[in-house]
Amino acid sequence: MSEQLIELQPDETFVLNVGPQHPATHGVLRVKMTMDGEYIYRAETVLGYIHRMHEKMAENRTYAQYWPNLSRLDYLSAMAFNHGYALVVERACAIEVPERAEYIRVITVELNRISSHLVWLGAYVLDLGGFTPLMYCFDDREQILDLLESVTGSRLTYCYFRFGGLYNDIDDAFIVGTRAFIKRMRRELKMYKKLVTDNIILMKRLKGHGLVDQDMCQRYGATGPVARGSGINYDVRRNEPYSIYDRFDFEVPVFTEGDSYARYLVRMEEIEQSLRIIEQALDRLPDGPVNPEKKPKTIKPPPGDYYAAVETARGNFGIRLVSDGGKNAYRLKLRSPTYSNMHLFDEACRGMLIADALAFMGSLDLVIPEMDR
Amino acid sequence: MSSRATTLEAISTLFGGAIAASAANEQSGEETGPRPLGVIERDYRQCGTHLDAKIAPEQLPEAARIMFTLGYYLESITGVDWIADNELEAVYDFSRYDFDCCRVAIRVRIPRDNPQLPTITPIYTGANWHERETHDFFGIVFTGHPHLIPLLLPEDADFHPLLKDFSA
Repeated sequence: MSEQLIELQPDETFVLNVGPQHPATHGVLRVKMTMDGEYIYRAETVLGYIHRMHEKMAENRTYAQYWPNLSRLDYLSAMAFNHGYALVVERACAIEVPERAEYIRVITVELNRISSHLVWLGAYVLDLGGFTPLMYCFDDREQILDLLESVTGSRLTYCYFRFGGLYNDIDDAFIVGTRAFIKRMRRELKMYKKLVTDNIILMKRLKGHGLVDQDMCQRYGATGPVARGSGINYDVRRNEPYSIYDRFDFEVPVFTEGDSYARYLVRMEEIEQSLRIIEQALDRLPDGPVNPEKKPKTIKPPPGDYYAAVETARGNFGIRLVSDGGKNAYRLKLRSPTYSNMHLFDEACRGMLIADALAFMGSLDLVIPEMDR
Repeated sequence: MSSRATTLEAISTLFGGAIAASAANEQSGEETGPRPLGVIERDYRQCGTHLDAKIAPEQLPEAARIMFTLGYYLESITGVDWIADNELEAVYDFSRYDFDCCRVAIRVRIPRDNPQLPTITPIYTGANWHERETHDFFGIVFTGHPHLIPLLLPEDADFHPLLKDFSA
């Protein structure tokens, strides 16, 4: 497992503090690294710098008032977090979602997934010393943000879903724009392949580094591209189909190498798969309302506990809702994917060169507010 | 044999092979006193879990070992403060990587004045952070945990914000 090249000397180490403000952590994350020269002996992650106690807020707000919190967890993949919350409350209150709303949900969530992967790609290559791809990625992402802004009203922290439906219907301009974007993105993906994926420097930095095996994934509960880069064919959209994901024809990219390059390839392939899903959803988009005709005026789930999980851009996001029948949640637990994915960093980075470890950290695609909640 | 049946059988060995009859009591919504130990099958569409087991605190490491051997990964640990019953609850959510979808919730109840649970970090390494977080928020002490210091709260925090009698 370890990539260790030399015998580490635990009594000749020094502590290197990375963060809480450090460009490689993409947020407020601190890693206390115990080093033997350039090699990592161990790395202790220190969390909580932007912990805001979202779970307590859920107990002090009504269900509808809690919507804005969701998008402030993972600001790059906010739509999927909206979806998770919608699913758990709809499950608890047995609210039916109209067909058209389901399709629009899928379209917006997948668009958001692509924009999230684009930010990751740009920032990751920037970490590794390549500046140009960031510009292309943000240009492409801008197209998505414009599209989503036109229907949701916001560019990043979407609060678009409602219990049983949506805030707003999409219009023809959105559909035309999305189709144009799919065409554009397919062309851009070819360019990214030539510019970044096949780049020999990138391959040398990533291949064979940051190895994560399947046993480690199971012990830590890693999901999303981290698990799929280690050969685990796990995607909540497939393994536990929610919403209408079972109606679409798409593939779950899986690579068995378990290194940083495998995780890179998973995300690049996922962009294409998301485009396929959006295309199919646009083709089959039914007419009709986007909000249910019958919906309880105040949301009061019957006592009990409920669970729902969705696949965000980073993996399995789960919500456990415990209700006592009141208008506030009795307890709301947010299970965020990065939390478990980052936890394995300490074990996996031991014996690595620090420069490789930072390249490995980037391949985990961290979003710190989601980890700290 | 589906993973659901296998898991049901494996978990019920904790209770000498007995499976609690049904979830009927719980679904009727009537207060029937504290739920007895045992494992029940639940309606996935309605509550999002397939199997729901209530076990005694000392059975926790054994239960985790069973789940790990069956190929489950630990999703999260949820603490719940049942202040009316003067009890704390910890819910362990498990899920699988394969296509034989089966969600399992394992719950433990402990007294509020002496909340102690055995750690499962030797089996699920990733439980480390989940247990630290649950200790932060509820003050549950996980005995045997290698590094039980605050994770999300400040390092000198001596309060547990998700307890129902906490006031800032």
